Amino acid sequence: MGSLRWRAIVAAMVVLLALAYILPSIPAVRTSPLGVVLPDAEINLGLDLKGGIHLTLGVDLDTALSNAITSYGQDLRVEAREKKIALFRPRLQGKTKLEFVLVKADQRAELDALLSSRFSQMRVVARDEQGNGQLRYLLEPTPDYVKTIETLTMDQALKTIRNRVDQFGVAEPDIRKQQGNRIIIQLPGLADPKRAISIIGRTAHLEFKLVDETADAQTLAKGIAPLDSELAYLYDKTPEGAEIKTPIMLRSEVVLTGEYITDANVQFDSYGQAYVGMTFNARGARIFEEVTGSNVKKRLAIVLDGKVHSAPVIQDRISGGRASITGQFTTEEAHDLAVVLRAGSLPAPVTILEERTVGPSLGQESIEKGMFAAAVGGIAVLLFMSIYYRRAGLIAAFEVVLDMALILAGMAAFGATLTLPGIAGIILTIGMAVDANVLIYERIREELRSGAAIGAAIRDGFERATLTIFDSNLTTIIAAVILYQFGTGPVRGFAVTLTLGILASMFTAIFVSRIFFDAWLARRQPGTQPSI
Amino acid sequence: MSFELIRHDTNYDFVGIRKYAYALSAILLLIGVFLLLFKGGPRYGVDFAGGINIQVKFNQGVELDALRVALDSPALPGLVVQNFGDADAHEVLIRAAMSSATANEIRDVVAQSLNASFSGVGHEIQRLEMVGPKVGADLREKALQAIFYAILLIATYISGRFEQRWMVAGLMAAALSAVVYVLELLHAPMSMSVIAATLATLVLCAVLRLKYALGAMVALIHDVMIPLGIFSLLNKEVDLTIIAALLTIVGYSLNDTIIIYDRIRENMRTKLSPSLDQIINRSVNQTLSRTIITGGTTLIAVSALYVLGGAVIQDFCLVMILGIVAGTYSSIFVASPILRAFNPRIDDEPAPKTVQAEA
Repeated sequence: MGSLRWRAIVAAMVVLLALAYILPSIPAVRTSPLGVVLPDAEINLGLDLKGGIHLTLGVDLDTALSNAITSYGQDLRVEAREKKIALFRPRLQGKTKLEFVLVKADQRAELDALLSSRFSQMRVVARDEQGNGQLRYLLEPTPDYVKTIETLTMDQALKTIRNRVDQFGVAEPDIRKQQGNRIIIQLPGLADPKRAISIIGRTAHLEFKLVDETADAQTLAKGIAPLDSELAYLYDKTPEGAEIKTPIMLRSEVVLTGEYITDANVQFDSYGQAYVGMTFNARGARIFEEVTGSNVKKRLAIVLDGKVHSAPVIQDRISGGRASITGQFTTEEAHDLAVVLRAGSLPAPVTILEERTVGPSLGQESIEKGMFAAAVGGIAVLLFMSIYYRRAGLIAAFEVVLDMALILAGMAAFGATLTLPGIAGIILTIGMAVDANVLIYERIREELRSGAAIGAAIRDGFERATLTIFDSNLTTIIAAVILYQFGTGPVRGFAVTLTLGILASMFTAIFVSRIFFDAWLARRQPGTQPSI
Repeated sequence: MSFELIRHDTNYDFVGIRKYAYALSAILLLIGVFLLLFKGGPRYGVDFAGGINIQVKFNQGVELDALRVALDSPALPGLVVQNFGDADAHEVLIRAAMSSATANEIRDVVAQSLNASFSGVGHEIQRLEMVGPKVGADLREKALQAIFYAILLIATYISGRFEQRWMVAGLMAAALSAVVYVLELLHAPMSMSVIAATLATLVLCAVLRLKYALGAMVALIHDVMIPLGIFSLLNKEVDLTIIAALLTIVGYSLNDTIIIYDRIRENMRTKLSPSLDQIINRSVNQTLSRTIITGGTTLIAVSALYVLGGAVIQDFCLVMILGIVAGTYSSIFVASPILRAFNPRIDDEPAPKTVQAEA
């Protein structure tokens, strides 16, 4: 009898604990005074129920490495020049090798000393005599350097994307690095996926380059760039919105980049045309002042992601560190550009490898339909159980409801995410939850039929069925654990609800039912039969 | 005393009709395998094949043919347009292969084509899924890994559990892992590994005389292949949620089988033992009402979701329904009778051979 009381207390505690975890998910409760006492746990809804965007981005690490090697080459050339070593044209060989020519082969020892002391990130794989006293070098990055670049690139890409997403004001974005070069972004409840994607996916690599004024229309038409220059295109729009593309020759040297930008915002000119105003930090401002001062009356091109946006003539030395990007921007385009400039550029281009967008109305519809189906299925099963097993069936029915509560409480407590397949998992559990009860009840009926005393029948029924229940449910748990391990978002939600459902049903069928039966046994008038 | 859907004193001769049951199962399995081979495997959804799915809701009905013409664009190669869900919901599923167009460009193409050709009809893109070839290949690989580890764990579990021979089970797991390791060295595709692991499990069970494990394994393959075959027949797509459903069926099917096998073992130990056939028949009959009631309640619940849950989850429910029916059928008619076919001798559980008990 004492044991019965204790078991009842434990069961009641579990129910109370479950309620404490479920109630905060109801908005009315959370805002009420009760919300202060209850745990701060809520059931998260997956993107398929809440609506939102799931993106998998691939960061182009090859390009990041190429960029790093190119700038390594430029740095090497500058430092070598300071030591009076002349290097000719460092350039990328293939994707990851650096090639340059040492003008005087007899400086080899000095160059090698410089390479091993200050530039050990790359190692020499070949030195070829060129015959004219020159030495051609071929360098490749060390595996450590490759790894460092990749880690840095991923970290910076992650940081930049976080910055950009913060600018939308999305509630609870989830941005994380995945294995390899991938970044996963989940933005719940975002209404305009198109705009979000274009802001997140934009490299926003801003460069200022001087226009090569020596190029005439003919060279431009041929598309052949002279040494240290490159052909680019100036993009503009007609007032009707059609895009115009004009070739323009730029000096290869980058005079200033977007990394010095401290602020960017939308401004309007006297015609009401939107443009983006930028502010540089002190260093950027100084560089900008020098460049403009020494290139008055020349044109300075503003290049964003390889596209020339404008190439205004420098009228005068510009001090104060302010510049602007003009073009036929709509206000929205200018706003988005300002956002990406403020948030910083991505260290390498990204591609969208996977996109899944669910509109909020579909998500809402899925919840409503799923919940309705769960209610109908649940009530049908409960009715069947209480008719078929009568009072014992009512116990089973009560336990199915309790199972639902335990699943939801477990989800809230573990911070699990409810998805549409997750709702299916709950519904499946309704069907399977009664299995444990069915096993026990059938066993008790059998024992009763074979003439066992009521108490013994109940005891044996429970004991014999318990082992079977554990075993048989274990296989489904194995399947669920594997699904969790290998599945993605929605499928994981299914694995979670299925596992919780099985655990809950075992607890209620084995532990809670027994309390009811034992309580009935304890108060039974001699001669009454159990209602099963 | 109380309601009985299945009378408690049934005594159907399930072993006796096993040949018909095997024939039915074999026909269904063969049709399934043939269809899968003929079509070159199941039809993969965007998750696995890569591609684009766009679910569009219109505010009135639209002609699918006109829609197909309107959407014809190089951005949407291999275009398939079909109705989705209830007819009065006016929802359409647009399916296309990957092109060089980004998702945003595809949004523009769809919006422009719809606005141009169906100017009076409002539309809303409710869902857009674009899976690139790399992610598709990864998801395929992951799904196969999941299936493979499911086979590995479950084969180990059932051989240990049914035969109480955990040493042998460990050996089995090691052997399976070795087979797959060799295949990996040979750079065999994961799908090969899954098939190899399945066959290796069957062979190992037979060689090691793990008859219960073998029976459970046969039932399991039966219960997964039949829904997959019917799915193929209906030309439905296999995606991640379908794999989830199939693995759940694996769990469910074993659950059913384990319960009957447990009863068989119990009857072997405790009762005066007649022939194996009679033990099997009695055990299946004793657990019959449980098998059918649990199958029934699960079917009620899943059917409710199939009918009311909306189009997104419908295929998942269909697989579950097929799997539950196949699983219930196989645990009664296939899994248990098959025990006698493989190894009629009861060598690891000596039972006193006495005269016939009640038939």
